[in-house]
Amino acid sequence: MLNVLAQTAAGEMLEGLKAIGAGLGYGLAAIGPGIGIGTVVGNAISAMARQPESAGMVRTTMFLGIAFTEALALIGFVVFILLMP
Amino acid sequence: MNVLALEFPPISHLFEWPEIAFHGTFYAINKTVLIYIAAVVITAAIFLLAGRKTGSLVPAGVQHVAEAGVTFIEESVVMETIGEEGKKFMPFLTTMFFFILFSNIFEVIPGIQFPANSRMAIPITLALVVWVIYNYVGIRSQGLGGYLKNSLFPPGVPVALYLIVTPIELVSTFIVRPFSLAIRLWANMVAGHLLLVTFAILSHTMFTSGIVGKVGSIAPFAMLTMMTGFEILVSVLQAFIFTILTAVYIGGSLHPAH
Repeated sequence: MLNVLAQTAAGEMLEGLKAIGAGLGYGLAAIGPGIGIGTVVGNAISAMARQPESAGMVRTTMFLGIAFTEALALIGFVVFILLMP
Repeated sequence: MNVLALEFPPISHLFEWPEIAFHGTFYAINKTVLIYIAAVVITAAIFLLAGRKTGSLVPAGVQHVAEAGVTFIEESVVMETIGEEGKKFMPFLTTMFFFILFSNIFEVIPGIQFPANSRMAIPITLALVVWVIYNYVGIRSQGLGGYLKNSLFPPGVPVALYLIVTPIELVSTFIVRPFSLAIRLWANMVAGHLLLVTFAILSHTMFTSGIVGKVGSIAPFAMLTMMTGFEILVSVLQAFIFTILTAVYIGGSLHPAH
């Protein structure tokens, strides 16, 4: 009886730990890219403010920078989906 | 799954659709396939209609859309990344942009509301097509040896550092690029769809739960409306980013880094 109870508890514990891991994993994966995208966009805006005539080129490069930075956050999101029960 | 007393459907119910024709065969059709067929038909129709000879020089109707799209791809994708010799990739890039855009935009069209690119099949296929094209272009324009040398041993790096740089370049150029391209599109669409579903279910549950919930459901519904607008932006942006990254990769194969 106790043995059965312990097994159920272990199974539920595993589910819970999985959920915590998924949530923490995505949260941690979002920190770096969040800061990175902030840096990219901030610098792009100051570049556009200094040289409005090059705004088009800066905007294209900014989207490229965002896309590369964002990939890390998205990998975290994929791990989150894979770990979801 | 039960989240905060909300009956939230499991993720597989949101993305896996039952087959509606040709059950069990390789050619089985479900909602995702229908959306892709619609995207292909719309893309083809726009350009076929716009390309007709009308006899009049003034563009009208759908021709405006096509011309604006082609100009947009030419000015802000091809000229910014490849330059003059990228013009011959214009048909490929334009078609890909519109196809991805139309299969994404079904995310917010009432009654359909499913981004077809939130299933991995087409994003990974498009990414592999792009992989083949930029490798082919690189080998064609620099020769096999030159292409491998320029992509694996970037010039201007101290010789000892090649021990670190070459493996990184090998993995990032030939393995990570197609996967990051596909995952970027796919994960953005999955995240957007989940976001919309969450707020839609929250508004519905609150609205059907009593007078306090009815008043309170204004907040999630406002959020849902805002998020729908945001997802339109994301759909266009992801199509644009997929196209511009393709152009960057092709440009990198055409002009090696100096």
